[in-house]
Parts: sequence; structure tokens; C-alpha cells
Amino acid sequence: MIGRGEALFEIARHCLVVSVLAVGGTSSVLPEMHRTFVENLQWLSDRDFAAYYAIGQAAPGPNMMIVPLIGWHVAGLAGVLVSTLMFCGPPSVMIYLIAGAWDRYRHARWRIVVQSGLIPVTIGLVCASALVVAQASDASLVAVAITLATAALTFFTRINPLWALAAAALLGLAGVV
Amino acid sequence: VISEPGPPSSEPPPAVSNQPGLGDLFFSFLGVGLSGFGGVLPWARRMMVEQKQWMSAEEFAEILSLCQFVPGPNIVSMSVLVGRRYQGLVGAIVACVGLCGAPLVLAVILGALYAHYGELPAVNGLISGLAAAGSGLIAATALKMLEPLFRPHARWGLVLVVPVFAAIGVLRLPLLGVIAVMAPIGIGLAWWKTR
Repeated sequence: MIGRGEALFEIARHCLVVSVLAVGGTSSVLPEMHRTFVENLQWLSDRDFAAYYAIGQAAPGPNMMIVPLIGWHVAGLAGVLVSTLMFCGPPSVMIYLIAGAWDRYRHARWRIVVQSGLIPVTIGLVCASALVVAQASDASLVAVAITLATAALTFFTRINPLWALAAAALLGLAGVV
Repeated sequence: VISEPGPPSSEPPPAVSNQPGLGDLFFSFLGVGLSGFGGVLPWARRMMVEQKQWMSAEEFAEILSLCQFVPGPNIVSMSVLVGRRYQGLVGAIVACVGLCGAPLVLAVILGALYAHYGELPAVNGLISGLAAAGSGLIAATALKMLEPLFRPHARWGLVLVVPVFAAIGVLRLPLLGVIAVMAPIGIGLAWWKTR
């Protein structure tokens, strides 16, 4: 087991890297977080990763809650603070500084070109996130079926996905999953 | 024919730039942070544009486009921008803390419960069900994002989506390297397409 200080430093370093690569938001960097914390550092199991993602989805608030939950898992409250600060801090500072000049660049051609060039990259990343999270989450055929049913329900209908989460939680509680 | 009476002309147009103070920023974002789940952007829009009328729909779209341009969690960036706009640096910090504070506390409580009771069969099952549905949600998001790429003028994007998906999702390559290669290609293609 590594020391607490070293763990905090590693969390800070990896959250910083992931935050500045999060084009399109948190959903784009789930595979990188899985690669870093589950595969390389082995600080969490697949199951922990899936559980923290699910808890972050089921709880209210920004969908980045998997980040402080990983921080919590590794280093307690200090881990929560360090991971959140390093994940939210750099983009916040960046946007604070850019904001004043944004009016000048909003309609600039390079801005439009950069943004439309990054959109397909973001889409590829979110598709990869779907695969990585499903592989970490689905340990049984019933789980795979729940994933597919939730995806279909959310994609094809306007039913609030909270119902799908609640139904799946009940099925799990009943020991079916 | 009697025409429908319009609004009396003496009335001023609805104000769309109410100036929130620090307390208002904090508690409004606190409310946004505690509403919805897995993404609170629609709630932020409802609060700022429709309910409190801090800004017009156009101004919201403008702020959102900046949030999407800069990496990082979009809603956090938005709280920083809105706080900055009305109350400067202190406003940015207050709005951001208001947004993230309560969900953070809640997430830690849930995480601690999972750590203590995760081994119980009932909790174990509940988490398995939630996780399976949660991965369905992100799959639906991916499908929704893919849909517009099948329009004729946007199909070039698939040239990027497929290798990025394969590199990150299947081969599990490091994100930094993949972005360093694919982002310039994407920007180059977008530049060539909009010539």
C-alpha cells in the first residue's frame, strides 16, 4: 500500500491531466479514468468504478461526481477535496481568463473550425465511455439486458430515465441482476 | 374584425438582466445543484433564463458555447462564468461552491454507505442494477450524439469517431496521445470542409 501523501499527489496529477483533456465534459474522460485508476494503479476494482459511476448518476448534481468518489475511495476526505479541486480548478481558471476575450473570438473562423473539428472527437470519446462503463457494469446477461433496455428507452422515448434507474435498482434489490 | 389587443405599449419590456447579488448566486446555484441528476444544464437554463431572468436565451446560448469550447465539466464552467459576470471573482467562487457543495456532501455520504454496506447482498444487487441502467444512460447519450453525424454534410465526422472509439474504447490507449493525434486531424478536416 502506498503512503497517503503519495496517493494524494497521484490523484492530483491524474485529475489535472484528465481535466484539461475533458473536451465535451466529464463523459469524455471516463475511459481514461478507468485506464488510470482501475487498470494501471489498480486502486479500484471494475465493480467499484461502475458503482461510483452509478451513484454519481443516481444522485442529484453535476455528472462529475465519480471524480470525488474515486478521491474518497483512495484517500478519504482529503481525496475528495484534492480530486475535485484538480478536476474543476484548471478548467475554471481557464474559462475565467478567456471569458473577457470571448466576444472577440466567438465569431472568428478559427474558433468555429476548432470547435467543429473537436465535436467528432468528443462523440468518439463518449461512445468509448459507453463501452467501458458497460463492460465494468454488466457482469450478467440480465445486466446487459437492463443496459440495452435503458439505452433504448432513453433514446427512443421521452420517459424520464429516473424511472429506468429506479426499476433497475428494484430488480437488483430483488436479487435478479 | 376586432384584432387581439397587444400588450399595452406603456409597459416596459420584461427585464432580462436582473442583477443577482452574492447570496442570490449562491442559493440559486445550490438549488440547481440539487435538482435533476446526471446533468443539470437544463435546470440551470430554466433558473437563469425563465425563472430569475438573469439573461436572455441568446445570452445563455452564448455562454454555453464558451463552456463547450473549453475542456472540463460544462456546468461548473457555466457557474464560474455567470458568477464572474455579475459579481466578479468572488461571484465566480460563490456560484461554483454553491453548485458543487451540496452534491459533493451527498456523494460522499453515498460513497461511505457503499464502502460500509456494499458487501450486503441487497445493497450489492441494488448497485448492480443501478450500474447496469447507468451505463444504458451513457449509451443513449452516445446514440443521441451520433445521430446528427449521419446527415450528408456531417458524415466526414465518422472518419474521426470510429478511430477515436477504437483507440480509447477497444485498445484502451492513453487519452493524451489519442487527442494529440486526432484533434489536429479533426481541426484540419473541419477547416478543409468549411473552406
